[in-house]
Formats: sequence, C-alpha cells, structure tokens
Amino acid sequence: MLRIPDLGRDFMEWFSKNLPYLLAGVSVGGQYALIAIGYTMVYGILRLINFAHGDIFMIAGLIMIYASASMPMYVSIPLVLIATVILGFLIERVAYKPLRSAPRMSVMISAIGVSYLLQNLALYITGGLAQQYPAIPWISDTIQVFGASTKRVTVITPVLTIVLVIILVALIKYTKIGMAMRAAAKDFETSQLMGIKINSVISMTFIIGSFLAAVGSLLFFTNYTGVTPTVGAMPGLKAFVAAVFGGIGSIPGAVIGAFIIGICENIIKGMGWTTFSDAFTFALLIIVLIAKPTGLFGEKATDKV
Amino acid sequence: MTKKKAAVINVALIAALLIALYIMEQILPPTAMVFTVLKKGAIYALVAVSMNLLNGFTGLFSLGQAGFMLLGAYTYGILTIPVEQREFVYQYFDGGIVKFTVPVVVALIAAGAVAAVFAYLIGLPVLRLKSDYLAIATLGFAEIIRAVFQWDKLGPLTNGSNLLRSYPTFQSVLYPFIVSGICIAIIVMLINSTYGRAFKAIRDDEVAAEAMGINLAHHKRMAFIISSFFAGVSGALLAMYQTTIQASMFKSAMTYEILLIVVIGGIGSVTGSCISSFLFIIFSEWILRFLDNDTYIGSFHVPLLRSGFRKVVFSVIIMVIVLFFRKGIMGTREFSVQGICNFFTGKSRKKKAVKGGDSND
Repeated sequence: MLRIPDLGRDFMEWFSKNLPYLLAGVSVGGQYALIAIGYTMVYGILRLINFAHGDIFMIAGLIMIYASASMPMYVSIPLVLIATVILGFLIERVAYKPLRSAPRMSVMISAIGVSYLLQNLALYITGGLAQQYPAIPWISDTIQVFGASTKRVTVITPVLTIVLVIILVALIKYTKIGMAMRAAAKDFETSQLMGIKINSVISMTFIIGSFLAAVGSLLFFTNYTGVTPTVGAMPGLKAFVAAVFGGIGSIPGAVIGAFIIGICENIIKGMGWTTFSDAFTFALLIIVLIAKPTGLFGEKATDKV
Repeated sequence: MTKKKAAVINVALIAALLIALYIMEQILPPTAMVFTVLKKGAIYALVAVSMNLLNGFTGLFSLGQAGFMLLGAYTYGILTIPVEQREFVYQYFDGGIVKFTVPVVVALIAAGAVAAVFAYLIGLPVLRLKSDYLAIATLGFAEIIRAVFQWDKLGPLTNGSNLLRSYPTFQSVLYPFIVSGICIAIIVMLINSTYGRAFKAIRDDEVAAEAMGINLAHHKRMAFIISSFFAGVSGALLAMYQTTIQASMFKSAMTYEILLIVVIGGIGSVTGSCISSFLFIIFSEWILRFLDNDTYIGSFHVPLLRSGFRKVVFSVIIMVIVLFFRKGIMGTREFSVQGICNFFTGKSRKKKAVKGGDSND
C-alpha cells in the first residue's frame, strides 16, 4: 500500500520528463496518419504500394514555399491543396492507368520511377539546397502544454487528423462514391461488372490521398522546416508501415498504427537511441507481418489456386 | 553451329574485349571519361545481374541490394586498410579494433560472405513474406543496416559516420571487368543448372513448383543468399572505385537505380542487365552532361539548361521505358553469337519467338 504513492510520483516524473517526446510523438503520429491514409486507400483498391506518395508530400511542401513567397497565406494554402490534388490525379492517369492490366510488379516499378522523377525534379528546381518552410501564422505560435512549451501545431495535428478521419469514414460509409470504393476494394473485377466506373473511383482515391498528404505536409513542415528533395522518403515509408501495422485497407487501422509508430519513435529518441528510431519502425513491420500478416484491423484474405 | 563452336567464339570475343580495353588503356590518358564509365558500368553490371537473379529469375521482389552492397563495402574496407594507416583512419576510435589486414582477394570473398551471412539471417523471417511486403521489408532492412553502421558505439569497427579510406584500390579498368566477369559467369552457370531451373519454376508458379517437388523455402533462401553474396562483392568493387566508403552513400535511391537498370535491360535477361548498366552509366555520367551546363547559341541563352536538368530528362526517359517498352531492351532473351547468326541467316526465328515469350507475372 505504501508503494502506490511512490509509483504515482515515479510515473509523474517520467511523464513530465518525457512529455515533450510524447507531444512530439502524438503530433508526428497525426502527420503520419494523414499520409498513411493515402497509402492504405490506394493499396486497398489497386494492391499497389504507391512509392511516389512520400514524394507528393514533399512536392506539396515545395509548392507552399514558392507560393508563399509571392502570395499571402490565405491564397497559398488553398493553392497548395489544389495543386497537390491535381498532381496526384495526373500521376495516376499518366503512370498507373496505362498499366492497369499489367503485372503488379510493373505498376510498382512505375511508382518507383515516378518517385525518382519527382525527386530529381525537386532537385532541379531547388538546386539541391534545403528550402526554408514559411511559418504559417497562428499554428506555429509557441504555447504551453502541462509546462512544456511547444508549437500550437502539436496540439492541432491530432485534433485535425481525427476530424478529417471521421469525415472520411463518413464519406466512405454513406456516400455513393464511398460505396463504390468499398466494392472496388473487395473485388476489383466484379465491381467493374456491376457498373462501377472504376477509373473515376481510382481517381477519387488518389485525390483524397493527395489532399490529406498536402494537409499533412502543411503540419509536418511547420515543425521540421527544411524541405529537401528526399525529405518525403522516410515519412512515406513510415506511413506505409503504419498502414500495414493497422491492417492495410483499413482507415482507422492506419490512423492508430501511425499514432503508435509516431509515439514509439519519439520515446525511443527520448531515451537516446536516435540511431534506432528508424530501425524500430521496420523491425515492427517485420514482426507484424510474421505474427499477424493482416495487421490489427485487416481482413483475412484467402488465395485461391 | 555446334555448342562447342559457340563457346569458342564467346571466349574469343571476351579475350578480344579484354585486349581492346588493354590497348585503350595504353593509348588514352587514364583520366579519360570512357574509363570512368567502363569501371562503374562493370560494377553496376554485376550488382544488376545479382538483382536480376532474385527479381527476374526467382520472382522475389527484393529491394535490399544497397544494404548488401554496404555490407560488402565495409567488410572490404575494414579488412584491407593497412595496419599503419589505421591510426589515421580511425582517429576518433584509437585505431579501431581490427588490427590485421588480409589480401585483397580474400577480402573480396569475405565481403561477399558477410553479405551472404546477413542475407541468411534476414531471410529467415523475411522470405516468408510475399511480393510487395517482401519489397518493403528488405528495403527496411537496408535502411536499418545503414543506420546501424553509422552508430557511433560501433565506431571502433565501422568508424561511425566518418569515412573509411586508404585501403587498396584498382587503377586498371581491366580489374573490375575481370572480377565482375567471373562473378557474372558463375551466376550464368547457376542459372543454367538445376537450381536455376528450379528458380524459374518458382517464379512462374509457386504452387505448381511446390507440387513438382521443389523445396520452396530452400530455393528461395539459396537465391537470396547467392544474390546477396554477389551484391556484397560489387559493393567491395564500388568501394575500390570510389576510394572512400561512407554509409550515407548506400541509400534506397541506389537500390532504385539498380532496379531501373534491371527493368531497362529486361527482367530475366543477364545480358540485358549488362548492356543496360553500361547504357545507364554512359547516359547519366557522360552523354547527358551537356544538359547540366548553361549553353548559349550565339547570344541566345538556351532555356532550362542548368545543374540538375540532366537527371530530370533522364528520369523522364526511364518513365517512358517503364510505361511503353515494358519488356526492356532484351525482354527475357539473351544476347548470344548464336542469336546474331540466326538473325542474319533468318534461321529458327520461330523457335526464338516462342522462347522469348513473356513469363513475368
């Protein structure tokens, strides 16, 4: 009985010491979640790991930098969202649609090719120098949370993420296009036979994914302000791991997976093991794939011979 | 043409190539661009063929090649830095913990062996995964290895995030050609053996292959280990070519480049991989260079041309190949003297057409 207050105090001590990391973890987790949704939706329908998704996220950051240099914030933020959506839509039409009947490996190689192209394009435009992301007013103000000072974006991210996810889940559950998406994810060919316009469904998936990636990039780069051509690769891979962890194809799964990965990664950083914070993510991926290949919320798929 | 005659012609061609290289080295200055291209091309040819063995012949979509190259490069560097140089190289780690050197040939084999051992260990969990999950898991492993090698606690062995240098390198362009040539020859022999046929059977249909009595786990593991062995050797060669080793060099972008080489050459064609790796290096390092320079025609400033434009054009070319010429240069066919002769005499075209059918799925 006497030990309980001790434990409580120990916990409080641990909590207040690790609070900055926890906050950073929740915030990064939310940003990963927004990227992970794009992965999980595309994978759910096309069975394609969209390697270019992380680079779309990076390009959104670059657009913001160049837009805000000449335009006020209230113009450049919508511009970023629209331009990123158009980019995502075009990539699908140009690079993935012609390969619809090709083997899965070809589409994946095409995705890697797009990623390579976007990175080189960014390298050309920026000249290889890290670009400074503009401070978005209000969300990059410093505030106090339980005695730890942090940017306001840290608190906004999880809230905004959850709101967006609720809207998205409602969209998928109650609208016609959402129903079409679910049908396409369940059985691509049969849904086509049932009169679903598969191309518009896929385009819609890419539009939603790119929109969320753009929102994610607005939040992410407020914290990590240097935009380089390869900055999207790591968050992209981690978001994919989050999607697999939560069960690929499942949106709530991707969000929960992203939060878990974000928090764990930052606690590991807090313990002084920064080298292994990336390694942890991939170790987690392998453990999940071996122990429970369908992830936390994934549906079991059976292969017929 | 008999098999024996073809073999004689092949040997003669290889000898002629080596002699031509030797003569070129005597005539041209050693700094000529053509040597850079040839050296790097030969090294990339080896790693591309090793990746093709896995992706093209066994159907295992692995993206860990850069990680295994890193292992090979580090093993080579650590084992061959002369003892008296170690103090300078490992200046922050009291000369490191390895206090001996081994001959270059032994170090090259050790480079492959270390990569192979890691491949065995990584393969235990990873090879149970299928297609794209395997790709992500191996990509993840390559990233983990890179992070671990930069860890300062391993500094006495790997020199942390500092450079490894002062190890023996090669001068002659013949060196990478001979080493890569031997390794590729071994891979070709493997592909033509019963193992190779089992690999192809697994690629074409796993379930059917298993039903025919092929031990899936064993053969997949063998393919993974052998491919990693040669990736390790090519990593060591790359280290020799670049004269310094740093873990940050072996990013996933490197794996992507190698994958694109394999795709351009044709997934499932050894000679295709070799040809495309030389083309890839020639284009990226040499021919497209002019795109990076500001150019004036008279007083007209040609728009767009500045540093980095080369890579943009290059990646657009790659996208066009990936989208419209999906079979690459060679498809699944092989370049051979026999094939050339048949092409000119018009003999047995039909047979070839059947053999060259698409079998990647």
